[in-house]
Amino acid sequence: MSHLLAFDIPGGWGTTLGIKTLIVMGLIPVGALVLGYTFLLKMMSHMQSRVGPMDPGGFHGWFQLIGDGIKFIQKEDIIPAGADKRVFKMAPAIVVMSTFLMFVVLPAGPNAVVAGALHKGQGGIDVGIFYALAVSSLSVIGVLMAGWASSNKYALIGALRAAAQLIAYELPLVLAVVGVVVQAGTMNLQGIVFAQQQGKIFGWSGIGSPFILTQFVGFALFMVAAQAELTQPPFDMPVAESELVAGYMVEYTGFRFLFFFIGEFGTAFVYAGLAATLFLGGWSIPHVNGEIANWIGPIVLFVKIMLVAFLMFWARFSYPRLREDQLQALAWKWLIPISLINILVTGALKVAF
Amino acid sequence: MVAQNVAFWIFAAFMAAGAIRVVTTDNIVHAALWLVLVLAGGAAQFILLGQEFVAWVQVIVYIGAVIVLFLFGIMLTRAPMEAEEKLNNNLRWPGLAAALLFAGTLAWAFLDQWGSDKIKLTKPVRTKEIGDLVFRGYLVPFEVVGVLLLAALIGAVVMARKD
Repeated sequence: MSHLLAFDIPGGWGTTLGIKTLIVMGLIPVGALVLGYTFLLKMMSHMQSRVGPMDPGGFHGWFQLIGDGIKFIQKEDIIPAGADKRVFKMAPAIVVMSTFLMFVVLPAGPNAVVAGALHKGQGGIDVGIFYALAVSSLSVIGVLMAGWASSNKYALIGALRAAAQLIAYELPLVLAVVGVVVQAGTMNLQGIVFAQQQGKIFGWSGIGSPFILTQFVGFALFMVAAQAELTQPPFDMPVAESELVAGYMVEYTGFRFLFFFIGEFGTAFVYAGLAATLFLGGWSIPHVNGEIANWIGPIVLFVKIMLVAFLMFWARFSYPRLREDQLQALAWKWLIPISLINILVTGALKVAF
Repeated sequence: MVAQNVAFWIFAAFMAAGAIRVVTTDNIVHAALWLVLVLAGGAAQFILLGQEFVAWVQVIVYIGAVIVLFLFGIMLTRAPMEAEEKLNNNLRWPGLAAALLFAGTLAWAFLDQWGSDKIKLTKPVRTKEIGDLVFRGYLVPFEVVGVLLLAALIGAVVMARKD
């Protein structure tokens, strides 16, 4: 018997695994669509005075997303004649698989851990956040496969740009998290949540101790690096539509393109979830424990995810694209040194206090 | 323990098949992609032994960085779509002999030294224990490796610079 939120799941580990897999497989498209609808269609339309996505269906253009979905599904599935068919077909699946694997460690409540059994309130994989960042790097392989197998020079250039960018920004992403891990004393995401919920600020436990206060530099680094990992503007050199049409996904149509779309927004959802868990306390509210936390946990987490995602998309719709050399210089000359100094200062303060 | 043994042989079969395809495929990009299967199998074997941290280090370093670097290098220089004749040549038989000799020597040495030992699978090893080991027991080797890698990095930069 295992637990999920406030419910008991009957049956053995097989049943549990099946139910949890179905939940995660459902949550990724739903998360991607929620972000796509709220931010890409509605927020961007308001910010940039776009009329198109506000029109279909009458009130606030509610039909736009459904219409897009219908359009994608009825399109022909085209594979270029010169393409490497097997690799071409596998690439979108690998990108989505990396999102799926990241999602698995995100805790949504005291009992809602997808991966791993619960043990004294410490649920899930021990290496938690490190695991999430490790599997997030798998998507680069998918992107390179897509770009190469398309047998299209724009796709290949896009894939090369994507690979160079993802490798460069993976370092600050991992290093930004180290500060939080040092402070919490664990890499387990559930442990990090509890450390923030039960933490005290100079003996005052009113709001717990969200790490965004002490690790503000880490939060900023994490958000910038996550933005680059998502290849969202201002870091969208790999898919720069004015030069490369659509970069590595230029040859993909219909349902396979939809896979990349779900991969991109699903990953945005997961990164927002990781940022919310690492820096904003995740599913927890200070002083709210027990049965009630099982019920409100996912809601609290969702609100925090939307808050972080708002920041991400705000930057996405506001800034112009960086040039390739500016992009690399930002990662290697600024973000990585700053994150190393952040680790040093965090470690020194941890020893001092 | 039975489940671990069955899983070990399944992963081992996948790894062996992947490794054979790495050397027999005619396309160099396919070879790099088959190598992903081998390395992922290695990570899976670490998980079977309860070494979570080492397994994910394997994923982030080898799959997420080394293979990506291979692919990046191949695609930056030529990125052939078609199969190449040159990739498979007459050196495969000496290569096979060398590989068998190496594997035989290793297997013999390991069996001779640890052949009768049994690995005790207990709880998964916590990351904390690995951290304690690296920064207490093996601090000096760890620092030496760090300095060595830094030297290699600086050396590569010096060699790559034209001026």
